[in-house]
Amino acid sequence: MTEEIIIAGFGGQGVLSMGKILAYSGLMQGKEVSWMPAYGPEQRGGTANVTVILSDERISSPILNSYDTAIILNQQSLDKFEKTVKPGGTLIYDPYGVTKEPTRKDIKIYKINAMDTSIEMNAPKSFNMIILGGLLKIRPIVDLENVILGLKKTLPERHHKLIPMNEAALKKGMEIIG
Amino acid sequence: MSEEIKLMKGNEAIAHAAIRCGCDGYFGYPITPQSEVLETLTEVEPWKTTGMNVLQAESEVAAINMVYGGAGTGKKVMTSSSSPGVSLKQEGISYLAGAELPALIVNVMRGGPGLGTIQPSQADYFQTVKGGGHGDYKLIALAPASVQEMADFVGLGFDLAFKYRNPAIILADGVIGQMMEKVVLPPFKPRRTDEEIVKECPWAAVGKPKNRKCNIITSLELDPAVMEKKNLHLQEKYREIEANEVRYEEIQCKDAEYLLVAFGSSARICQKAVEMARAEGIKVGLLRPITLWPFPSKVLNQFANQVKSMLCVELNAGQMVEDVRLAVNGKVKVEHFGRLGGIVYTPDEIIEAMKAKIM
Repeated sequence: MTEEIIIAGFGGQGVLSMGKILAYSGLMQGKEVSWMPAYGPEQRGGTANVTVILSDERISSPILNSYDTAIILNQQSLDKFEKTVKPGGTLIYDPYGVTKEPTRKDIKIYKINAMDTSIEMNAPKSFNMIILGGLLKIRPIVDLENVILGLKKTLPERHHKLIPMNEAALKKGMEIIG
Repeated sequence: MSEEIKLMKGNEAIAHAAIRCGCDGYFGYPITPQSEVLETLTEVEPWKTTGMNVLQAESEVAAINMVYGGAGTGKKVMTSSSSPGVSLKQEGISYLAGAELPALIVNVMRGGPGLGTIQPSQADYFQTVKGGGHGDYKLIALAPASVQEMADFVGLGFDLAFKYRNPAIILADGVIGQMMEKVVLPPFKPRRTDEEIVKECPWAAVGKPKNRKCNIITSLELDPAVMEKKNLHLQEKYREIEANEVRYEEIQCKDAEYLLVAFGSSARICQKAVEMARAEGIKVGLLRPITLWPFPSKVLNQFANQVKSMLCVELNAGQMVEDVRLAVNGKVKVEHFGRLGGIVYTPDEIIEAMKAKIM
């Protein structure tokens, strides 16, 4: 099994940290992982994206031209990455940041209202965990328990009290994706 | 007990490996995309545990001269930077080579020339293996292609530097520095004691005892006859390194009809291109030089008897390709494919270039 994922949105939306938690979850599940960010000033306000690969085999290139799954959080990223999803692959997007819906017919497209839901839950910071929950519902590449272990690894100890909130957000994401 | 598998950036791996290999001092100045080296060291605070010194110097020039000072006393010292910062260090690097001081330099390359961009590049190949600074000198140049190798090459770099009394350089780039992968850090090795340093480095300036002459650390010699001798000695040492320390990796080369040659991050992307091309039935292999100097010329020359042509894939306008051509000496066609200024090619682009240029 190899899953090649691009996560793309605005800087500050938690794109890189979502990728990091996914990568750590893969590590907890005993997989080979790579996490390659588009680094630099774009992290601060511009568009941000990260390529995450989880595999049972040694990973060759951390940089790819096509993906099994794209998680898209704004229009610029949709314009850039919709065409890079492999035929038969998966595209997940939050309509909050998207004005023109994806149009491809040869891929599976899922919508997740994560921004609105995170505000309803009074937990806007758990936005990216709602998205991650949605991804895991559609593509169960790692087990929820390993995501929680991954969260423990990425969050400093003083923030471990936030883990239940993140777990709730993950589960909410699994519910609302459609 | 086996060491825990961790997930970290290449730059972070450099910092942790430095602490673990018994490094005595790090002197640096922040620059993207290698700033995490200094950041990680200051976060971990090794001066409280191993006693390793970490210092943010006032400039790159200061940092490399601090390395010169530390190395002159036989200490394990290092610096790291990215392309524009490494250019600033070149005078100091030439002095280190001239005074035959062991030290480790890390360059996490970004696009140039000038201040350039912060995105990945491999355009400092010439600077690294052909000189950079002035005079006839060589650096032992290691090119990591994974986060694991970022960690492993710190210890290896120091070992080679001390073995040959010669500066070593890790030539990485923004991809390897910024990406996160699994890594098993090397086991802890204590810093050497003063007595051990005196024993291992009889040349070091550690305070003169009565039973020997002064140890003088210098690259200056005004008598040309003596200076020529010194140069001949350096050249003899370089030939010894060339004979003993060539390292490379062969990937799917056994039955290859075409050969890609690439180092560092480019080798990773080429590996994917090899997998994809082989799925199309094209018999292509990848030769990855691990030491850029000494260069794996002999093995490339041998492959020239087997393959129809070679493509040198590097994130520059054509640098290592010159060394591949020298190695192959006209036996087969050798072409170059690169992207410039911080743009990184995808595996698809490499396959297209291969079909257009060498097939």
